[in-house]
Amino acid sequence: MELLSGGEIVIRALKDAGIKNVWGYPGGAALHIYDALYRQDEVRHLLVRHEQAAVHAADGYSRATGKVGTALVTSGPGATNAITGIATAYMDSIPLVVISGQVPLTKIGQDAFQETDMVGVSRPIVKHSFLVTRAEDIAATIAKAYYIAGTGRPGPVVVDIPKDVTDPSYKVPYAYPSDVKMRSYQPTTKGHRGQIKRAVKTLLAAKRPIIYAGGGVVIDNASEKLIELAQALNYPVTNTLMGLGCYPGTDRQYLGMLGMHGTYEANTAMHHADVIFAIGARFDDRVTNDLEKFCPHATIIHVDVDPTSVSKNIEAHIPIVGTCNAVLSEMMAIYQEMGLSPDSAALAEWWIQLDQWRADQGIYTASRYEESSGNCIKPQDVIKMLYKVTNGKAIVTSDVGQHQMFAAQYYLFDKPRTWINSGGLGTMGFGLPAAMGCKLAFPDTDVACVTGEGSIQMNIQELSTCTQHNLPVKIINLNNAALGMVRQWQDMNYSSRYSESVYEESLPDFVKLAEAYGHVGMKITHIDELEEKMRECFAMKDRVVFMDIDIDRSEHVYPMQMPGGSMRDLWLNKTERT
Amino acid sequence: MKRIISILLENEAGALSRVVGLFAQRGYNIDTLTVAPTDDDTLSRLTLTTQGDDHMAEQIVKQLHKLIDTIKVVDLTVGAHIERELMLVKMKATDKDIRTELKSCVEIFRGHVIDVTPTTYTVQLTGDSHKLDAFIEAVREMGIMEVVRSGVSGISRGDKFLRV
Repeated sequence: MELLSGGEIVIRALKDAGIKNVWGYPGGAALHIYDALYRQDEVRHLLVRHEQAAVHAADGYSRATGKVGTALVTSGPGATNAITGIATAYMDSIPLVVISGQVPLTKIGQDAFQETDMVGVSRPIVKHSFLVTRAEDIAATIAKAYYIAGTGRPGPVVVDIPKDVTDPSYKVPYAYPSDVKMRSYQPTTKGHRGQIKRAVKTLLAAKRPIIYAGGGVVIDNASEKLIELAQALNYPVTNTLMGLGCYPGTDRQYLGMLGMHGTYEANTAMHHADVIFAIGARFDDRVTNDLEKFCPHATIIHVDVDPTSVSKNIEAHIPIVGTCNAVLSEMMAIYQEMGLSPDSAALAEWWIQLDQWRADQGIYTASRYEESSGNCIKPQDVIKMLYKVTNGKAIVTSDVGQHQMFAAQYYLFDKPRTWINSGGLGTMGFGLPAAMGCKLAFPDTDVACVTGEGSIQMNIQELSTCTQHNLPVKIINLNNAALGMVRQWQDMNYSSRYSESVYEESLPDFVKLAEAYGHVGMKITHIDELEEKMRECFAMKDRVVFMDIDIDRSEHVYPMQMPGGSMRDLWLNKTERT
Repeated sequence: MKRIISILLENEAGALSRVVGLFAQRGYNIDTLTVAPTDDDTLSRLTLTTQGDDHMAEQIVKQLHKLIDTIKVVDLTVGAHIERELMLVKMKATDKDIRTELKSCVEIFRGHVIDVTPTTYTVQLTGDSHKLDAFIEAVREMGIMEVVRSGVSGISRGDKFLRV
């Protein structure tokens, strides 16, 4: 058998795990690994400017492709900088392997230079973690890490490797395990057949059904099966923020996003539904509003691969633990076997009602905001323009805040894995590095990062990474010179006392900043120049373009659920609220 | 209500901290916790007690099961079970009357005096938590110097067992 050092084993094991790209940042404890990386050319390393961005980029890569993302960082500050990225992936169930260097075994516990107990610090935000104590264990541990990260409900796995374990002078036989088996980890895949049968019967008996599909459908690549079932039944579908794209945004049966900033039609339909079919969604507090008032008439069917998600917030009447793909296939098969059909009369009536809601107050039909004019550019119109210019075919990443909600509401995603955002943790600074990961995966697809002047400054140093690795992403900066969502809440709940939410004159000249990094900068202040400039921006295929767009500073995100209300209790526009 | 949860865990570094961390992270309390390797030394058996309604107990069991190192989890309180706890109590025992009374109390509770000095008695007692609580109440006035309780160990009654 081939003899390799621990450092060499790390890189070889990555290759054997099928990993082509690693995002990272070197440092003392990881240097043996970085030396092994240098002496080969099969695993590509992309140097970032901050470890948080390494993890977000690996995360973006994973979200766009469905593959496990990989980041490599050093001990101490390298590891702690990665923490926000790991927590982001954890909250959205994104499969990642994060390899961190650690101080030598002999120094652990001595408060050594750049020592942090990475396994301890990351414990509550990882699916699992390992501290490798022997070079002989590295390959098997890395194989396990990828297996755990990518199966069941996916999530980030940390592999912490002390420096002496990667010592180049100590060589051991290398073998990558062909198969991983763990007696303590056997994720459920198939749902319970009896329960699935009950679910189909309940679903077919429904008079006012709705399908509530979440990020689990995206993660499990179950979009096609969802579409097949929904269209066979002609039932309405709403997606969560994480599920956008898993059911086509332009389809007639689609009611839009639900939840705090969801559409009127989706939230109202949920409230009146008699059967809710929740799949790959977790009844998050940003969806349900007050749990006591949640959908009082509904029988709830809940499918999730993670048993802890089922009946955690809302008691499911028909709980099913299984992957979205497996359960949807089985449902379809049972539906066809049964030879029953939905209650067409009730369904026709339900659609008349839904179409009425959509016509009255639908987000794309009702006037939710005053249109842009002159120098008053509405953020919603920027997103609509982005949709138009990219023909709805871009991969859109976002940061966190008002711009995120506008993008989620007004860009109609027809395909899964094209809407990339930090839904669970809500991490500002996610958008740009995530866009780099998407662009690496899909160099021929337009990748737009919808951001704001607050979020973008949290990882703006990555503009330099884009230069080094030729990642021509487009940055759509909705600049209102304030932390928009914070200010919206301050308007609503704190009598417009803008405590620390405005930048005043301190913002940089983003055009010059982009240019300083070697990119193209554009400043847009008038609605009439928006389309032309944006077309120009996307025509520059091989350049990073930073579009700094001055938007209306007073705009709020609507609809918005009223705190303490049911799903349908919504403020629909600003006049109604303030 | 009181819950006794039994866990079969990989006997690996960090496994216990994941269990304990989960309770802190999810806002559950641990009342008692005992852990030791089993006859198969790759496995640890852990018993913990906590308070919670059915919904909370179900969540705790599911969350524990989700930990990668966990092999099996069972809420013993759901079925017939036996719980035992070991307690050591050091008592002030200088007065002859107290020594006599203490000895008879220990007998009533079927305990043992396992160490004697001219001024102290050390008592060993096993039983369920209620019995140990009752003993403490019975001898409190006599002068307790120190109490050490092992925490609850539990096992189900009859044919059921927890094994890989």
